[in-house]
Amino acid sequence: MTGRPTQVTEDQSTQVDPTELEELTPAVEVGEGELPRSLWRVRLRLAWQGFRKNWRLFAENKIGLAGLIIILIFAVMALAFPLLRAVGPWDNDAIYDPVIGYDAPVAELEVVPTRAEVTDPTQQIDAIDAQLWCFGALPGDTCRIPQQPAPPSEGHLLGTDPLGRDIASQLTFSTRAAFLLGLIAALVTVGIATSIGSIAAFYGGWLDNFLMRFADLILLMPLIPILIVMSGLWEINLPLLGVLIGVLNGFGGTAIVLKSQALSVKVKPFIDAARVSGGSNMHLIFRHIVPNVLPLSFLYMMFSVTEAVSLEATLSFFGLLNVDMSWGIMLNTAQSQGYLRSGFEFWWLLIPAGVAVTLLAAGFFFAGRAMDEVINPRLRAR
Amino acid sequence: MLKFIGRRLIQMTFLFFLFLTLVFFLLESQPGDITSQFLDPNIPAQVRQLIIERLGLDGSVWNRWWNYITNFVTGNLGVSFSQYPRSVFDVIVERIPRTLFLFTFATLLAYFIGFTLGKRVAWKRGGFSEHAVTIGGVLLYTVFYPWFAILMILLFGSYLDIFPINGFIDPGFWRNAPFTGNEVFSQLILSLAIAAFIVSATAILARRQEERRTARLIRAVGYPLSVIVLVGFWVIRSEMRPYALDIVHHSILPIITLALIAFAGVMLLTRSSMLETLREDYILTARAKGVPEKDIRDRHAARNALLPVVTSFVLGLAFIIGGGVVTETVFSWPGMGALLLNATVIEDVPVATGALAFIGVLALLGHLIVDILYAVLDPRIRIAGRE
Repeated sequence: MTGRPTQVTEDQSTQVDPTELEELTPAVEVGEGELPRSLWRVRLRLAWQGFRKNWRLFAENKIGLAGLIIILIFAVMALAFPLLRAVGPWDNDAIYDPVIGYDAPVAELEVVPTRAEVTDPTQQIDAIDAQLWCFGALPGDTCRIPQQPAPPSEGHLLGTDPLGRDIASQLTFSTRAAFLLGLIAALVTVGIATSIGSIAAFYGGWLDNFLMRFADLILLMPLIPILIVMSGLWEINLPLLGVLIGVLNGFGGTAIVLKSQALSVKVKPFIDAARVSGGSNMHLIFRHIVPNVLPLSFLYMMFSVTEAVSLEATLSFFGLLNVDMSWGIMLNTAQSQGYLRSGFEFWWLLIPAGVAVTLLAAGFFFAGRAMDEVINPRLRAR
Repeated sequence: MLKFIGRRLIQMTFLFFLFLTLVFFLLESQPGDITSQFLDPNIPAQVRQLIIERLGLDGSVWNRWWNYITNFVTGNLGVSFSQYPRSVFDVIVERIPRTLFLFTFATLLAYFIGFTLGKRVAWKRGGFSEHAVTIGGVLLYTVFYPWFAILMILLFGSYLDIFPINGFIDPGFWRNAPFTGNEVFSQLILSLAIAAFIVSATAILARRQEERRTARLIRAVGYPLSVIVLVGFWVIRSEMRPYALDIVHHSILPIITLALIAFAGVMLLTRSSMLETLREDYILTARAKGVPEKDIRDRHAARNALLPVVTSFVLGLAFIIGGGVVTETVFSWPGMGALLLNATVIEDVPVATGALAFIGVLALLGHLIVDILYAVLDPRIRIAGRE
C-alpha cells in the first residue's frame, strides 16, 4: 500500500516523454534506412517499461525472489567450475577432474597380529584385515591404506566420493549439465506447445480435436515409467533426454494450457483487423497469436526446467542414462557402493547432491509461481 | 449418469488402444529388432529366420501391430526372460494388488492432507504459516524423490527404528508361516474393501436423504459398522493376524513417503482454487448473513473449490504413479513399479513393456473412477443425468 504513490510517479517517469519523441522524429526523416533503428528504440523502451512494471509485481512476491536468488546462485556455481579449473585452485590438476580424477589421503596403519590387539582403529589394523590392502603384510609392518570416501578437508572442501573423486568439483560440474538439460527441455517444450496450442486454437475442428485428445493421453501417462522403459530400449544421453521430456511435455499438458490461452487471443479484435488487412493464416498465428501466448509459454518453461532436473536426477540415480557425471550419478555412486543407507556418517555423499537437485528444481518452481501471479491477475493478493 | 459413464468408458477404451499403439511403436522403434538384440550373433541365418517367423516378426508393421493388440487383449503378453517359464501376465497379476494397495492409501492420504491444509492456507492468506506451508509444500513437490525416500528410511527405519527399512514382509518372521504372503495379502485387501464399501455406501445413502436427522442416523450407524466389520474380520481370522500386521507394518513408511511427495501438488491447487472461490459473491452473501467463518470456509468455499482439485487428479495420478515407481524401488516393495524398473535394468523387455501397458491401464482406470466421482460431486452432471 505504501508503494502506491511512488508507483504512480515511476509510471510517469518511464512514459515516453513528448520531447523525446520529437527527438526521435528527425531520425525518421533522415532516411528510410534509419527508420527501423528508431522503431527498435521505441520498442526497446516499451519493453523496458513493461519489464519494470512486471518486475515490481514479481518482486512483491518474496518466495519468487528467493527462487530467483537460488537460480542465480546455481548459475554462479555453473560458471565456477570452468573458472576454478582454468585459473583457480583446481587448475590443471587431474585429481579435480569430476569423472576421472582420483585423490585419496593415505592412512599409515601399524599391522598387529590379531583383532583383539587393535586398540586404536585409526592407527592399527590386524594382520588378516590388512591382507585386503597390503597383501603379504606381516605384524610389525606399516600398511598404507587409501582413504576413500574421505571426509571434507582443505584440499577437498566437500570430501571425496567412494572412488576418490572430489565432490565439490562434481557438484559444480553437474550444475552446468543441469542448466543445459533444463534449457533444452524448456525450449523444446515451449516451442512445440506454443505452436501446437496456437494452431489447434486457430484452426479448431478435427485438428484441434485430434491434438487435444493426444495431449490428454500423454497427460494421463506417467513420464517416469515411460522414460524408464525408453532408457531400456535406447541409449539416452542428456540432450536426448531434454528433447524427450520436451516432446512429451510439449504435446501433453503444456499444449492444453497454451491452447486455451491462444483461444482467448484468437477472438480479440486485432486478429480480425490483421485478417482484414490481408494477413495469411501463418502470419496471423506466428505474428499475432504466438507473441500474445509467449508470456504464459515462458512461465511453462520454468516448470519444464523443474521437471527436467528432477527427472534426470531420478533416472540417473537408477543408472539408466548414458551420462558421465550428474547429481543423480553422484548419489548412484554412493548408493551402489553401499554408503547411502549407512546413515549420516557419510553425509558428504548423501547431502550435497540431493540438496542441489531439490533446490534447483524448487528455485525454478518458485520463480515460475511468482511469474504466474504477474501473468495471471486472478492469483494476486487483493 | 449411466449414460455419462458409458460414454466415458467408450472414450477410455479408445484412449487405451491409442496408448497400446504408442507402447507398440516404442518397441518397434528400438534399434534393430528383438532378435538382433537378444539372439547369439553366431546362430545360423536359417535358424534366425525361423525364429523371426515364429515370433511373427516377418509380417508388415500393421500385421505386427494387430498381433500385439489382439495378444494384449487376450492376456498374452509373452514370456518373461528373467523368470523364464512364467508368462508376463502371471508376473504382473501377482504384483498389481500390492501396487494398488500402495497407490490407494497414498492417494487418499495425499488428498486428505493436501485439501485440508490447502483450504486453511488460502483462508489465512499472507501469514507466516502460509509461507512456511507453501515453501515446505513446494520443496516436497520438487524434492529428489529417491533421495527423499532414503532420508525417510534413514530417519524412521535406522535412527528411530519404528518401521522396517524395506521389503514387503519380514522373511525371518514368515519362515514357518502356514500361509503365503499373497494369501494373507488378499485377505487383507478383502477386509479393507468390505470396510471401504460400507463407508462409501453410508456416505452415498446419507447424501441422498432429504432430512438431516435421517442422514445423521445413517452416518452414526454406518461408520462404526465399518470399523466393527474390519475388527470382526480379523478376530475370525486370528491365525493370520500377526502376518497381516507384519505386511501393514511394512507398508506404512512407503505410503507416508509417497503421500508426502504427492500432497503438495494437491495443496497448492486447493489453495489457488480456494482463492478464486473466495472472491465469489456468494461468499460475501454468506458473510453478510452472518454464517460462522468456519462454515463459510468448509461448506461454502471448500466444497466449490473441491471440483477443480478432483479434476486435477488426472494430473496428480501420473505424478503419483511416477513417484510410486521410485518409492517401490527404493523401499523394495514388490509392486509393478519395482517390476518395471528391475525388468528394464535386466533387459527383460516383455515384462518391462507389459508393466508399462498395465500402468497405463491403471492410470485410465483411475481417470474413470475420478470421472464417476466428479459426476457424483457436481450437481450439474448428477442432476442432468438423473432426468
